[in-house]
Amino acid sequence: MISFRDKTTKKVPGIGTASLPDIIFMLLMFFMITTTMKQTSLMVTIKAPFATEVKKLEKKSLVTYVYIGIPTNTKVYGNIPRLQLNDAFQPVENLREFVEQERQDRTEDQRNKMTVSLKADKDIEMGIITDVKQELRKASALKINYSAQLGTQKAVFGNL
Amino acid sequence: MRKRRETPEVNAGSMADIAFQLLIFFLIATTMDTDKGLLRKLPPMPDPNQQEETKDVKERNVFLVLVNRNNQLLVENQVLNINELRNKAKEFIDNPYNDPDLPEKELVEVPYFGELAVTKYHVISLQNDRGTSYGTYMAVQNELTAAYNELRNRLAESKFNMKFDDFDEDDPRRAAIEEIYPLRISEAEPRNVGGTK
Repeated sequence: MISFRDKTTKKVPGIGTASLPDIIFMLLMFFMITTTMKQTSLMVTIKAPFATEVKKLEKKSLVTYVYIGIPTNTKVYGNIPRLQLNDAFQPVENLREFVEQERQDRTEDQRNKMTVSLKADKDIEMGIITDVKQELRKASALKINYSAQLGTQKAVFGNL
Repeated sequence: MRKRRETPEVNAGSMADIAFQLLIFFLIATTMDTDKGLLRKLPPMPDPNQQEETKDVKERNVFLVLVNRNNQLLVENQVLNINELRNKAKEFIDNPYNDPDLPEKELVEVPYFGELAVTKYHVISLQNDRGTSYGTYMAVQNELTAAYNELRNRLAESKFNMKFDDFDEDDPRRAAIEEIYPLRISEAEPRNVGGTK
């Protein structure tokens, strides 16, 4: 049977790969445009609470992030909720200094538009968050954002 | 002579690999998520030199929401399930029938709307325990925000046939609606509600 076949039909024509770089470049462009550079690597686990009324934070350059959660590495850092600023754990008292530093890094007209975004885990207790809020008031960083993820009404009640 | 003129073709075979490497770099080093959440404004810290002034707020103007460490809600001295909070808050903020137990209304001249009775002095007071879970706190905040948003949307739709969120930040129509339904959520100075820790 095989011998009847024409030899030329056996060869599968190769797939042209000349356009592959272009396709990859297109993907690359997409990612370069839609994403932003990672600022910090998280050292705490954060499951953001759900909310239905979330609003997007418009200007990224005006946002300062504060992370609060239980350390990922519980063996070293314990399992009490802690505050992470930039790439290190900090006591709550250092927050004021941190905010001041962040304020210095911005131009004059941006300073009063600065927003502090609290990224906190939904299962931690309010104690540390209240402390953080008090500290922010002392630093007069009054515009804050409780970071949340968009969810259904059912998910919101599931926060409890 | 003729042979020299021909420039050798650039080998583009590895172009795809180079592009892939760049792609992988961007995939790892960047994030896509834009931050979302509930925006709030904290009250400024009281001046320590100044005498503590107690603001007298009429009882009918205050909507007290307490959340204890077991994540239970006490609203206006009644135990309430969280899924009833939104409607209760809406009724309080709007006071549609001028109920004497709900906040007092005052006539205010609002652009686009003319003279209108507004619950200008209402305050939603939210107090939580240090042991309240953050998730519960956020659920309560979300429901209160939702109450305001629903009222604002209802007004925006009936008057301008638009959603409240569709107005620009400095749109005068937005300001007008905010004047009718001002977001007044007050968070008391921290204290323990219901039991010490």
